[in-house]
Amino acid sequence: MSFFSYLINGVGLGSVYAIIALGYTMVYGIAKMLNFAHGDVIMIGAYIVFVAMTSLGIPALPSLIVAMIFCLVLGVVIEKVAYRPLRNAASKLAVLITAIGVSYLLQNIALLVFGPNPKSFSNIVKLPPVSIGGINISSTTLVTIAASVVIMLVLTFFVKKTKPGQAMQAVSEDRGAAGLMGINVNGTISLTFAIGSALAAVAGALMCSSYPILDPYTGSMPGIKAFVAAVFGGIGSIPGAMIGGILLGIIENLSKAYISSQIADAIVFAVLIIVLLVRPAGLFGKNVQEKV
Amino acid sequence: MGKLKNSMRKITKKNLMTYICLAIGFVIIQSCSAGGLLTFQIKGLLVPVCIYIICAVALNLVVGISGELSLGHAGFLCLGAYGAAIFSKITNGLIPDPIRFLLALIIGAAVGALFGFLIGIPVLRLNGDYLAIVTLAFCQIIQNLLNVFYIGVDKHGLHVAMQDPTKLELEEGGQVIVKGAQGITGTPKDANFIIGIILVFITLFIVLNLIDSRTGRAIMAIRDNRIAAESIGIDVTKHKLLAFTISAGLVGMAGALYSHNLATLTVAKFDYNTSILILVFVVLGGIGNIRGSIIATVILYVLPELLRGLQTYRMLIYAIVLIVIMLFSWAPGAIAFRQRIMERLKNRGKGVQ
Repeated sequence: MSFFSYLINGVGLGSVYAIIALGYTMVYGIAKMLNFAHGDVIMIGAYIVFVAMTSLGIPALPSLIVAMIFCLVLGVVIEKVAYRPLRNAASKLAVLITAIGVSYLLQNIALLVFGPNPKSFSNIVKLPPVSIGGINISSTTLVTIAASVVIMLVLTFFVKKTKPGQAMQAVSEDRGAAGLMGINVNGTISLTFAIGSALAAVAGALMCSSYPILDPYTGSMPGIKAFVAAVFGGIGSIPGAMIGGILLGIIENLSKAYISSQIADAIVFAVLIIVLLVRPAGLFGKNVQEKV
Repeated sequence: MGKLKNSMRKITKKNLMTYICLAIGFVIIQSCSAGGLLTFQIKGLLVPVCIYIICAVALNLVVGISGELSLGHAGFLCLGAYGAAIFSKITNGLIPDPIRFLLALIIGAAVGALFGFLIGIPVLRLNGDYLAIVTLAFCQIIQNLLNVFYIGVDKHGLHVAMQDPTKLELEEGGQVIVKGAQGITGTPKDANFIIGIILVFITLFIVLNLIDSRTGRAIMAIRDNRIAAESIGIDVTKHKLLAFTISAGLVGMAGALYSHNLATLTVAKFDYNTSILILVFVVLGGIGNIRGSIIATVILYVLPELLRGLQTYRMLIYAIVLIVIMLFSWAPGAIAFRQRIMERLKNRGKGVQ
């Protein structure tokens, strides 16, 4: 394999991280919480697509839509039951631990329902590989890259130009003031969780199409890495999450190819630490001046 | 002045109570054990409980007293365990066992504190969730690197290699100590419950005295308002680093106990779930409440082990209990509800009089 194909695969992997990171960054931006259960929503989404396609025989695209709706509802319910009561808790750690509890809960439900054995996921993109300049690129990679770009553009438009999107910006800036201006804060936060979780389903399906092993713990490592990507790009920033995700994917794939597949993760995390030390708010983050 | 003396006495009394409760617990368990009342399964839990109590108390120093969220304490546990195990494997038979184990514990603590210090210097400049994610990243890096880490010993001394055990180039008669992902096997099993309890007492003594010292009050002042603390001349970096290093050192010591309790030591046991397990003990016991950490650790560590009969439902129940407890003890709505109930009970008590 040449450098170029490693690079393209890295961008493909990075696009998956980017889609997950977009969900992370929106939820963090608005609810100011680390949603540790996000990675497990990805796993649930992938299982739903798997069941719909393999057991029920539904074609790929409708299966994906079913999974998106399921995860959307799941995300909203999780927020309502587990996170909302703790929104004004005395310690921010309370909601973090609850998110971890939700993460364990989803993993164990999946373990009970689907069993511990890994399932082999069938690719949702059934197109032949494309040849560019003599290099074969799998169509899954191309679709993933395209999907992440489209999602980022749509989200940017949504947040900047539409009324609910502007409400999101307002709530993330100052929740109290937004409430006083007549914005439905609870509704806006629910909407954010809904979008983030539906994106998680897309990410799950695309990720398992490229790396077709699905078990109850599939989501946790990509979840952490996507969070790293979101922090890398500057948390709360949509283009930041996108670029952070893609950079992360490229770094991971190139270090797997040229340095060592065993310590690729260590390199990824080391790069994160270096970036945060140089730019504590991430690549695209706003540096908030602290006032006394 | 009189008031101050009084309050000092109150703190001393409170700490004494903690020590006494712990001592009573130890005597009860030890006599049950001597009387043959404990099953083999429970006996196996005693040392791990001590290990996790030390970890929880140490993490509480960072999370509760210093107010920084660390998700990397499993990394320090791992480093302490490795450092101590490597030392014990090399010197086994050369030094009398009790002295060797004592040195191993000190080395575990030193390794933990050293890495805590080195990691703390850059990392403590960040705060809040960023600090959490960076400590998590450090934990992953440590795990990842130790997975491909090999150490061998022959008569020329130590040989270190990454990724490839054949690069150790050991002479004949040489012995591989650390075998990458397979970890370290055959560390002498020196740990027992009494040593565990002694280490718990040492940890408590260090942490409680630190909290009640001038330094401890400075650390808490930084937690409550960093800018105000800085403005009255408290060195923020120094104090944060001190708390973090002490915490990492204590966890490293617990790691030494860990590696001398099990025959096999692998890195896989120290992933971020372990960090989170310790954090759960701290948060459920009460952030900043040292005694709470001990109680929460005992209950939450022993409970899932006793539920092993339920097998697959075990972790499911654990997850649900975790969420429910968090909601019940932290949600403002639940707190108001509890207060209403308490008030009603109090009023009823008055009505009867």
